[in-house]
Amino acid sequence: MPTMTCAGREITVNDEGFFTDPSQWTEDMAPQIASAEGIAELTDRHWQVIKFMRHEYEAKGTGPTVRALGKTSGVSVKELYQLFPKGPAKVAAKIAGIPKPRGCI
Amino acid sequence: MRKRIIVLGGGTGGTLIANRLRRLLDRDAAGIVVIDSDDGHIYQPGLLFVPFGLARPARLVRPRHRQLRRGITFRRAAVDRVDTEHDQVALADGTVLGYDVLVIATGARLIPEETEGLTGPGWLEKVFTFYTLDGAAALRQALSRFGGGRIAVAVMDMPIKCPVAPLEFCFLADWYFRQRGVREKVQLTFVTPLDGAFTKPTCNRELSGLLEDKGVGLVTEFNTGEVDGQGGRLVSYDGREVPFDLAVVVPLHGGQAYVERSPGLGDALGFVPTDQRTLQSKAAPNVFVIGDASDIPTSKAGSVAHFEGDILARNITRYLAGEPLDAAFDGHTNCFIESGFGRALLIDFNYDTEPVTGRFPGRLGLPLLRQSRLNHLGKLAFSWLYWHVLLPGRDIPAVRSQMPTAGKRPPDGPGPGDSPARSRKAPRCPP
Repeated sequence: MPTMTCAGREITVNDEGFFTDPSQWTEDMAPQIASAEGIAELTDRHWQVIKFMRHEYEAKGTGPTVRALGKTSGVSVKELYQLFPKGPAKVAAKIAGIPKPRGCI
Repeated sequence: MRKRIIVLGGGTGGTLIANRLRRLLDRDAAGIVVIDSDDGHIYQPGLLFVPFGLARPARLVRPRHRQLRRGITFRRAAVDRVDTEHDQVALADGTVLGYDVLVIATGARLIPEETEGLTGPGWLEKVFTFYTLDGAAALRQALSRFGGGRIAVAVMDMPIKCPVAPLEFCFLADWYFRQRGVREKVQLTFVTPLDGAFTKPTCNRELSGLLEDKGVGLVTEFNTGEVDGQGGRLVSYDGREVPFDLAVVVPLHGGQAYVERSPGLGDALGFVPTDQRTLQSKAAPNVFVIGDASDIPTSKAGSVAHFEGDILARNITRYLAGEPLDAAFDGHTNCFIESGFGRALLIDFNYDTEPVTGRFPGRLGLPLLRQSRLNHLGKLAFSWLYWHVLLPGRDIPAVRSQMPTAGKRPPDGPGPGDSPARSRKAPRCPP
């Protein structure tokens, strides 16, 4: 299992860079993961989404899809893409330290 | 005391569960009511064939009430909401019905208006869907007039009913334009929000290869934000564009509006959170879900409802008897994939096993994940099975609710009973 160093701590991640153990995540790790994803600065709007992702994961065991995020996070799908241009559900999940959203089959 | 079972929805799942329950339960023990807002049961697998003139719309529809066994009441009404706290269903006409057991079988709803521009200028002129009877019929006219240009076949977002249907549409469109001798003038592109043609790796390789063989372009990870019918463009949320002269769109899907109106019943998209093994809803112990209406991680497909039916009928009788439920549903799904030129593939999988090669239901059965004439004939024969075996709630001979493993070849090696020589010859996906 690959590891990375984040905020001075060793974290285990999967091949795509998602946390395998969300309990290792702390808020001070988010800016570093974000900048690796091309997001230079995390605004309040980013944080709203990141915190929502954590909350949803803790409640349901999986992160929401983009569409569900758009309906429930208080941030529209359009704005989600402005905040996380490379794909809101995936990138926000990565920054929030939760596994890749299971999505649909 | 006589129990009251209400089934919401008279489609595939609702019809077959009502019929199965009617056979299992004495009429003195339980009354069964099926509620639907109309009396037209559409054979949905047939919709795919309508645009190519291979099926006639009127032949796909039969009365819902005629598919129900004697001793089941059919009530034509729209549902306003469900009150799981008081075990009541409120109908749109103001009637309130109490229940002992509720089965939610109202499927998925198409929501084309949720995508910007989709139902605006160009809708049903340049932009179509074959997911409705009217849409499929209108598309048939448009295709017959289409002499050349760019056709984009686009999935707006998952989940959708029958995730292989848009791929089948591409394969059949390739066949259709070749028959007409204009294939070289038609540019076909499949546009998907997924990162490949299909979600499961082995099957994805096979189907991507098939798209390539047939000269169908593939655009992945395309989340359509806007359909510009007038300008002939699909625009993704991240600013990419796919131009088209004709677009065939699978609209966004959600649960029914009454689910959203019922407190605590549905999720953000209106699907009903459900235990994926017992099929009991998470909202209340006496509410069960069958088919596309649930949020379980299976394909939204009639075969899933069929395999669920056997397990759910037994679980409802267990519930009524005060016995523990059987966590028996394994996510079994089975789909024919029409590939054009009178051939089809077959895939068979569950929660834990992805679609692989081999044969179904056993070693001497239909070839899996490989084009064959036999599978095409299977798909055609399925229409008869649907009306006469599936809906009456009977088991298909030799096909069990649990996914069979005999005859399946693991993705990275020969299957049981395969001689090395044979597995070398058999078509396999690259590792």
